Amino acid sequence: MTFSPELEAKFAKMIANYPPGRQKGALIPMLLYAQDEVGAVTDEVIDEVSRRLNVPRLEIEEVLGYYTMLAREPRGKYHLQICTNVSCMLTGGEELFEHACRKLGIGNRQKTPDGQFSLEEVECLGACSWAPAMQVNYDFHYQMTPEKLDRLIESLRKLQ
Amino acid sequence: MAKMVTFTIDGRQVTVPAGTLVIDAAKQAGIDIPAFCYYEGFSVQAACRMCLVEVEKMPKLQPSCALPAADGMVVHTETPKVVEARKSTIEFLLTNHPLDCPVCDKGGECELQDMTFRYGLGESRFLEIKHHAGEKQWSPLVFYDPARCILCYRCIRVCDEGLGMAALGLSYRGVAAEIIPNKGDHLECDECGWCIDVCPVGALTSGTYRYKSRPWEMNYVPAICTHCSNGCKTTLSVRNGEILRANNRDRSGINGEFLCVKGRFGFDFVHSQERLQSPLVRRDGRLEPASWGEALKVAAGRVREAIGRNGKFAVIGSTRTTNEENYYLQKFARQGLRTNNIDHHRSGDFITLVDALTGRTGALATVNDLYTCDAALVLGSDLAQQHPLLAVQLRANWRHHRAAVYVVTPGPVREDQYAARSLRAEAGSEVERLEELREQLKARKNLVVLYGASVKGEAVRRLVAFGDSLGIAVKYVCLVDYANSRGALDMGLLPHLAPGYRPVEIPGMHLDAMMAAPDLDVIWVVGANPLEGGREFAAKDAFVIVHELFLTETAQRADVVLPAMSLYEKNGTATNVCGEVQRTKAGPKVMGTKSDLDILGLLAAQLGFDLGVPSHEKVFEEIRRTVRGYSVPLPVLATGGAAQAAPCGPAPVDAQAELVRPSDDTLFTSGTLGKYSKRLTQVMEAPGRLFQP
Repeated sequence: MTFSPELEAKFAKMIANYPPGRQKGALIPMLLYAQDEVGAVTDEVIDEVSRRLNVPRLEIEEVLGYYTMLAREPRGKYHLQICTNVSCMLTGGEELFEHACRKLGIGNRQKTPDGQFSLEEVECLGACSWAPAMQVNYDFHYQMTPEKLDRLIESLRKLQ
Repeated sequence: MAKMVTFTIDGRQVTVPAGTLVIDAAKQAGIDIPAFCYYEGFSVQAACRMCLVEVEKMPKLQPSCALPAADGMVVHTETPKVVEARKSTIEFLLTNHPLDCPVCDKGGECELQDMTFRYGLGESRFLEIKHHAGEKQWSPLVFYDPARCILCYRCIRVCDEGLGMAALGLSYRGVAAEIIPNKGDHLECDECGWCIDVCPVGALTSGTYRYKSRPWEMNYVPAICTHCSNGCKTTLSVRNGEILRANNRDRSGINGEFLCVKGRFGFDFVHSQERLQSPLVRRDGRLEPASWGEALKVAAGRVREAIGRNGKFAVIGSTRTTNEENYYLQKFARQGLRTNNIDHHRSGDFITLVDALTGRTGALATVNDLYTCDAALVLGSDLAQQHPLLAVQLRANWRHHRAAVYVVTPGPVREDQYAARSLRAEAGSEVERLEELREQLKARKNLVVLYGASVKGEAVRRLVAFGDSLGIAVKYVCLVDYANSRGALDMGLLPHLAPGYRPVEIPGMHLDAMMAAPDLDVIWVVGANPLEGGREFAAKDAFVIVHELFLTETAQRADVVLPAMSLYEKNGTATNVCGEVQRTKAGPKVMGTKSDLDILGLLAAQLGFDLGVPSHEKVFEEIRRTVRGYSVPLPVLATGGAAQAAPCGPAPVDAQAELVRPSDDTLFTSGTLGKYSKRLTQVMEAPGRLFQP
C-alpha cells in the first residue's frame, strides 16, 4: 500500500535517519503516523511496515499489544483520553471518567454507535500541574470538571 | 586459550575462562543456582530474578545469569538475604499463578513447584483476585495456558535462536502480558514442541500428552527415533505398554533435548488402529487372519519347496529395522537361501564415499562435529526439514562459535538465514559450483561436508578430491534418509557387498532388477514398501512374504503377511546418518506382533538354517567381531552413548548410483510411518514442501 505523498516523504526521511541495518528504530513513529492517516493499524499497515523496515509481523504484533496508543480497530472521530493516575485521581479524574462514561453511554475503550466518540482511561499524561487532565486526539484539556467536559462534548458534537 | 579468572563461590575457589557467567561457573563447581529464565545455550534474559546471589562489595543482590565472573569476586549463593529475595520472587510469580498443580500436566516435574517447595512458601500476602486468561489451542500439538505462564521467555528463545523459526513472541503488558503465536490465533511453525519441553511451568502443554498422565506413573524408555536418519534419542514415556509422550529432558544422547515434530509427536503410528496384529495368509485369493504357527508353517513350506527345486529368491530389506535384524536378514539370505539377491531402498551414495576415503580415519563427521567445526558445506539438502538435528547443530555452532555455513541447493533453505554464502544449483550439479567457494573455504580451519542424494557416483569422488585440494581437515556426511539407512548399507543389505562393504563373489540382483525379474519364486520383503505408488513385481506368480506394521501396497500383494514390531518396540542398535551406533530399547507393546529378528529366527529354525542364536546381544557380538568399522566400545553403548562406526575402506564395486533415490520426506512426512501417524498428518503445515521459501 502507499500513503499520502506527505506521509511518504516523512517516512522516507525518518527511515534515512537510522544507520543501515537499524531501520527498525522507525517502527513506533511509523505505526503512529500510519494510524493517524489510516485510522487504525490494519493488517495492511502491519504488512507494509513489516516489509519496509524488514521487521517480522510477529514483532510488530508484540509492539501493538504493548502500547495502548496503537489500535488495531478504528477509534471514534474524537478519541477522549482521561487520566486517572495519581494527581488526576486526587483532583477528580476518576469521577470525570465515570461522568464521561455516563454521558457518552460507553465504557473504557469503547466507541459510540455513530463512531463520533471513543473513550479511554489512560495513565499519566504528563500534565499533573493542571490536573485533572484529558486529551482529545492530540489536544490537551486541563483542570477539567464534569461541567467543562459536558461543554467540551457539546462543542465537539456541533463541529460534526 | 582464553584468559582465566579465579573467584570464590560459597567458599570454593573456582577458575573459569573470562566471560563465564557466575551461574555457569557455579554449575561447574557443583553448586545449583535456581533460575527460570536462564537457559543454557541461549541468550541471557535476566527476567525472573530467581538466580540472585550476594556478591561481596556489591551493594545489591546480583542476577548470576547476567554477571560475568571476575578475578577475586566473592559470591554467596544461599545466604539468608538471598533466600529472602528468592522467597519474594516466588511470591510475586505466584501472584497470578493459578496453583492448579493437582490437574496440571507439569505437576511433579515443575520447576516452579520445586522452587516453591525448596523455599518453603506456604502463604502469600496477596489477597486480590487472580488475573485470569483462558487457555488457548495454537495447533493440534501446542496449547497455551497464559494463567500459568511466568514469562521467562524460554520458549521464545528456543524457537527464535534454536530453530530460526521465531514463531513465538510476547505482547501486552503488566499482568496481561502473554506469549503470542505468529499467526494471530494460531501457530504455523515446525511444530517441534521444543517450547513445551523448556517451559518451566505448565503454560505450554502438548496436544498428545495433556491431561493424560502424571510423570511418576510412567516408565521411561531410551529409544532411538524411527523417523529420519539423524538418530535422535527419544525417551518414551510408557504406561501400560502405551507410549504417552516422547521427549529427551535429560539431554542424554547426541541430540541433547532437541527433537523435531516426528520424534516428539510422531510416535502415534505405534498404536494406530490399522496396525497389523495377526499374521495374514492368502487363501482363495484373499488375505485372511491366521495364527503365527500356521503362517510360519505356510511360509517355511513354500520356501523349503522353492529351495528343493533350486528356485530363485529375492530379499528386500528395511531401512528402519535394527542392525542386528539387517545383519541376520542378509545372513538368512546368503547362507540360508543361498542368494545374493538382496537390496534395500538406498537414499544416499555412501558406498562411493567409503571407497573414496579408503585408508583414512576420522574422515566421517559425527553429530557433535557439526557443533564444533569451523565451517560446513551443505550440498543438495533442505537440512532444516530433512535432517532437523543436523540443522540445529549447525545453527548452534553458528550462534555460539560463528561457524561459516555454505549452502549449495536447488532452492531456498532455512540455512540461508545465516549462511556465509548460499548458492543455487540444479539438483545433481551442486559439485560443479564448488570452485566458487574455494577461496572462502581454504581460509577456514576445518570443514564438514554434508551431501544429499543428488550428489552420487563420480560426483562424490570429485567432492572428495575437492576437499583434499583445500589443504584443511575435511570430514564428510552422506545424508541418507531413514532411521537405519546407514545400518542397512553397513550390514550388507546389498547385492554386491556383504557386511562391511566386502565384495561378494557373484553379485545378485539389485532392487530394480528384482522388481523387473519375471522368474522369481519367492520375494521376501522385510519392512519396506517397494510397490508404493502402483508399482508391481514383474514376477506375477512369485510367492511373496512380507513383514510389515501396516497393510501397505506391498502387504496387500503378499501371500503371507507377518505383523512386525516397529523400532520403538524392540531392542537392538541403529546407526545414524553420521555412522553413530546407538542402542535402542523396547518401550511399548503391541499385541500379536514379533520383531523381525524373532520372525527370521523362528523361520530359520523351521528351515533348518544354522545362523546362530537370534538374540540381539548375540548378533551384535558377531557384528562387532566381523563387520568392518563396528568394533565399537560396548561400555559407550551400554551407558546410552553413541559410538561411531567408520567402515571406510576399499569397496571395489560399481556403487550403482542410479539406485540412489531420496525419500524426499519433509519435516512432516515419514514414508509409510508418517501416513499412519495422525499427529503428523493433522498439523496444518503438513505435508510441506522442500526447498521453498
